Amino acid sequence: MKRAGYVPRFSRIERLLHWVNALGFFFLLTTGLILYLPRLSVLVSRRQTVQYIHFWGGVAWLCALAVVIVLGGRRMLATARELDTFDRDDVRWLRGGKAPQGRFNAGQKINAVLTAAFAVLFGVSGLLLWFGEQDTRYRFASTVLLHDGLMYVSLALLVGHLYLALIHPATRHALRGMTLGDVRVEWATKHHAKWEPEGIQIDRGTPSPVTLDPKPH
Amino acid sequence: MDSPTVTEQDPDQPRRYGRRLFLATVAGGITSLYWGKAAWDHVSGAISPVTSAVLPGGGWRIYTISGQMPVFDPASWRLKIGGLVEQPLSLTYDELRALPHVEQVSDFHCVTGWSVNNVRWGGVRMHDVLAAAKPRSSAQALEFVSMEVPYTDYLTAKQASLRDAMLAYEMDGKPLPQEHGAPVRLIIPEMYGYKNVKWLTEINLVPQEQLGYWEQLGYDQNAWVGRSNGYGT
Repeated sequence: MKRAGYVPRFSRIERLLHWVNALGFFFLLTTGLILYLPRLSVLVSRRQTVQYIHFWGGVAWLCALAVVIVLGGRRMLATARELDTFDRDDVRWLRGGKAPQGRFNAGQKINAVLTAAFAVLFGVSGLLLWFGEQDTRYRFASTVLLHDGLMYVSLALLVGHLYLALIHPATRHALRGMTLGDVRVEWATKHHAKWEPEGIQIDRGTPSPVTLDPKPH
Repeated sequence: MDSPTVTEQDPDQPRRYGRRLFLATVAGGITSLYWGKAAWDHVSGAISPVTSAVLPGGGWRIYTISGQMPVFDPASWRLKIGGLVEQPLSLTYDELRALPHVEQVSDFHCVTGWSVNNVRWGGVRMHDVLAAAKPRSSAQALEFVSMEVPYTDYLTAKQASLRDAMLAYEMDGKPLPQEHGAPVRLIIPEMYGYKNVKWLTEINLVPQEQLGYWEQLGYDQNAWVGRSNGYGT
């Protein structure tokens, strides 16, 4: 459903992917910290059970992500293409300059790409930790460092992400796009000036009043 | 003039940086399985006091194998030393502490790849404990039994006689915390952590080594740091 003055930013499948990832991440962070932090491990103490839950939670998380991506099909591929492509404005934006951005700004693209790469690496290192405990062939001295390092970097990215999505006044409106799916037209025009939503033409010439016109075809 | 051709060099051409970043990150992560620890040791060696202060839990991870972490009760806890000995012992916590006190600063290495440097252990030398029990000549190995059932591990008599093999009841100047094996754990810094049995309650002198808990799961019996379990071989 389209509301007047709002423009759809994230499709259902994109939002599903985001929230499946977010839910999985928090679940794995919680169970992982119980395994990682001595103080929590004393409180919970059932390490093997937690380890089991953490491992199978991780497997379920990666499978769920894969299912959503497959369900998304071509639309998901189009999103991936958007995230893949950086133009001159993106580079300028990353260097701190003012440059018009598309549906994703360059920072969001980098965040998404790193999050995807980390999911792969979390999966690989997690599997190696699990199987390495049973078979020396899968044991590397650096697996635990990789898994922990990924956690620290992901946590740093997450803190930045949460700040921009929940606190920073200029950007927190984006959260609506990831929950309800749409964002205010004037916000989109300001933050994502180059974005041309499918089937919708944003009137950029007259900031007020805002109009939404369906494309003629 | 020739007509200009659009090439990769065209600054207006969008670039596929996303996939490059993705592939580079995945490749960097996977290859770090080979270089990560060496790089980290290099860095953390330079900033060692900082890492132990900044890392939660001082860089330690707590591994347990059973559902419940053993609880130390000073009233009922005893360290029994038996098997092939002339003088079986059953030491209370205070009696153990009354034995000659020694300290050492050593690095602790886990077989899974993490290490904690410069740990200060306080306790008694293995040698002093054994001397009181008078092992028989047929005793060629020691079985260490944890309160965490069914965790056991073994050392040969020669390994146990290493100068820095000790029973530690203090860590960094304080009584050994529960998660580190209170009231007393075995410390043998030359070997990986799984040999350093926590929550000790029994030491039995036996004719020969058998497989301990982790050895039954495929880990090496002689867990020399850097020279076992697929490392340095």
